Amino acid sequence: MPSVCFYFQVHQPMRLRHYTVFDRDNEYFDDHKNGSICRKVAHKCYLPANRLLLEIIRRFGGKFKISYSVTGVLLEQLERYAPEVMSTFDALAETGCVEFLAETYYHSLSFLYSREEFIEQINKQVEAINYFFRQKPRIFRNTELIYNNDLAALIESMNCFDAIISEGADHILGYRSPNFVYQPKGCNRLKLLLKNYSLSDDIAFRFSNRTWPQWPLTADKFARWVSNVNGNGNVVNLFMDYETFGEHQWEDTGIFDFMRHLPEEILKHPDNNFKTPSEVVQSYPSIGTVDVPHIISWADTERDLSAWLGNAMQSNAIHELYRIEKKIKMTHNDKIIGDWRRLQASDHFYYMCTKYFADGDVHKYFNPYDSPYDSYINFMNVLDHLQSRCSEPTMGDALDSTPEPGSTECFAGAASQDE
Amino acid sequence: MRVFMLGWEFPPFISGGLGTACYGLTRAMDQLGIEVIFVLPKIVESQYATHVKLLTPGSRNAGASFNFSDLKNVKFHTINSALQPYTTAETYQRRIEETLRRKYEERGGDIRAASQLVVSKDYSCDMYTEVHRYAALAAELADNEQFDIIHAHDWMTYPAGIAVSAISGKPLIVHVHSTEFDRSGEHVNQTIYDIEREGMHRADRVIAVSHFTRNVIINRYGVSPDKVEVVYNGVERSGGWAADDMGINKDEQIVLFLGRITMQKGPEYFLQAAKKVLQVMSNVKFVMAGSGDLMHRAVEMAAELGIGQKVLFTGFLRGEDVQKIYKMADLYVMPSVSEPFGIAPLEALDNDVPVIISKQSGVSEVLVHALKVDFWDVNEIANKIVAVLKYPPLQTTLRSHGNFEVRKLRWKDAAAKCAKIYEGLLVPV
Repeated sequence: MPSVCFYFQVHQPMRLRHYTVFDRDNEYFDDHKNGSICRKVAHKCYLPANRLLLEIIRRFGGKFKISYSVTGVLLEQLERYAPEVMSTFDALAETGCVEFLAETYYHSLSFLYSREEFIEQINKQVEAINYFFRQKPRIFRNTELIYNNDLAALIESMNCFDAIISEGADHILGYRSPNFVYQPKGCNRLKLLLKNYSLSDDIAFRFSNRTWPQWPLTADKFARWVSNVNGNGNVVNLFMDYETFGEHQWEDTGIFDFMRHLPEEILKHPDNNFKTPSEVVQSYPSIGTVDVPHIISWADTERDLSAWLGNAMQSNAIHELYRIEKKIKMTHNDKIIGDWRRLQASDHFYYMCTKYFADGDVHKYFNPYDSPYDSYINFMNVLDHLQSRCSEPTMGDALDSTPEPGSTECFAGAASQDE
Repeated sequence: MRVFMLGWEFPPFISGGLGTACYGLTRAMDQLGIEVIFVLPKIVESQYATHVKLLTPGSRNAGASFNFSDLKNVKFHTINSALQPYTTAETYQRRIEETLRRKYEERGGDIRAASQLVVSKDYSCDMYTEVHRYAALAAELADNEQFDIIHAHDWMTYPAGIAVSAISGKPLIVHVHSTEFDRSGEHVNQTIYDIEREGMHRADRVIAVSHFTRNVIINRYGVSPDKVEVVYNGVERSGGWAADDMGINKDEQIVLFLGRITMQKGPEYFLQAAKKVLQVMSNVKFVMAGSGDLMHRAVEMAAELGIGQKVLFTGFLRGEDVQKIYKMADLYVMPSVSEPFGIAPLEALDNDVPVIISKQSGVSEVLVHALKVDFWDVNEIANKIVAVLKYPPLQTTLRSHGNFEVRKLRWKDAAAKCAKIYEGLLVPV
């Protein structure tokens, strides 16, 4: 009786404007570009997909369930550029069939560089989800599904999450299947949900690939594959970018029709059902521990950090960024701190990736730069300027700044755990 | 297969990329076993004539022949002629007069008489006539040779190519390394344009060094697209392992411009960018290596911009000096206004120097690991120069990826592609 557990990642970074070493102003972000990309994705993906899923949920009266992780930086942009998307997410939240997950508000790699910053960003995201959708996330997913034992231990210590989500990478599972609930090594309560990358990628990447022997992928075919898990798994975790619908796979590939028919095909088999991650955690016990001493992610074929930290530019940029954390925070200037945090989005480092640049491909999605070098130069110019602002006298700004959030229940729990 | 190849220059007599390209291509063809008869103009008084075993021709009608020891399938013929690449009609005229004066002085006499004496004898006094005289001599030479195909490099040899093709009945390929639009912008010399156009139209195939140039050939010369093929240049790997005994102990970083200082190469954009860079950093020097008709203007301009003390002019460099300057440089900038290909950035990368190249160049089609700018965007050129000088990780990444990328651009592939084009033309009807 496999449960199908959908989780969609919904994120768009705030892209930087072209910022040269001669620029002196504090406007780093390209409002025009961010607005137009946000509206474009809203119309091609978020709106039609939200409406479709809402319709399916209503049609099946509570039998169809999904979950989302929508980053804070995107929520800010949607409010500003595409408020109609916010109301459809709100309607989805109202159904009771949709769960919202927690992650870092800024879609950052902060776990790797600053635990303090990492926890603050999770708390900010939890607050945002609570504010917009009246839910307290109980499941955590880290940026790009970056994960290791330390992360699990830290998340468990925060005392407000039931499970963590990661990639069902072959090299951590070995012969074991991702279709069960596990426990991270070293944790007592926290559970681990692993992505079934094969079935997830059939939808996310291979759906429209005509050279794929299984093309065209139909709902009944996919439902058959899911039902095959019967007897040797509890849950099929289908985790993917939400932009799969309408952006990565254009509408004319039939991706929306596929999704429209998938629930009924899956539910045709009486043993199948849909569950949210929290329901999965409650329904199934952990069948064993998974040991992940080294960091994994869901990126590329390597499933490592090389897409963000693989070359000298990337590692230099991110080290410089976190090196000035203290200096930034000492300013108590919301504007400066906010800009610094927006620079943490993993996308900025992804744009600097030279790994597949010569082949020119996957890393191109909404990449505003012609080359990884341009991206690094721009980022460093902005960072340099941001840093110079730290030493300026900013009395006016300092006066109306408020202390950083950090006194939520969740954070308090984490603090007491540390004692 | 034997190719009758018409070139302008060959190392060490080079003044630009054309000689390098001819050498690279010919050498690679030699290695592929293609026989080449290489014909090139040669001015008798060349000061470099002693460096190489060139046979001084006995009469103006016969070409001298010689061989490079490492090129076993290549035979060289020189034709006495003052034709040199990159010249204008005016400089041609000046050089002729100089030659005449020298000749006459040797004999002891007065200059005025000299011009009357020699002009009609050895050299034509205007370049266009000379181009046609050269064509006639080449045709004469071709009469005594056996070959399958004619391959002519750039406009000065097109009339010769046409003549040889007409006499021998063999197919003609013209290889376009640059066009009049690259050299002169919109102030096109009509005579040269006409020669280029005729060469391209009369040729059985046109080889362009980039898609950038292919588009010019199609759009501005009205050549049918299915006749024009792109063959990218390669780079002769010098290894870049020149001895590290330079003992350069520099506390200033060096940004290099290397090329002819002419309108086409955009020297003024380099200087304007330099000015901007110097507004935000001081420990940097700008080196302009090369000569050309805008050299004096460039010196003046540096002074006018108030950066004279930061800009060094080296004059034209060759051989070892080029290696040395690369060794010293931290960054190479090519702000060309219109660059059909641009071999120099490849050489820079081969010497581990990162490059900023103009988007208006053929080489930007083949290089991925280079910084690219619009030649007119001085602000962006300066922005990128500063970034490279300021952030070592950027240099490191550009250098390592760039050096690796250059290894994939080989003359062997260019020669193989030419060979394929030859074969396509030689298929019996």
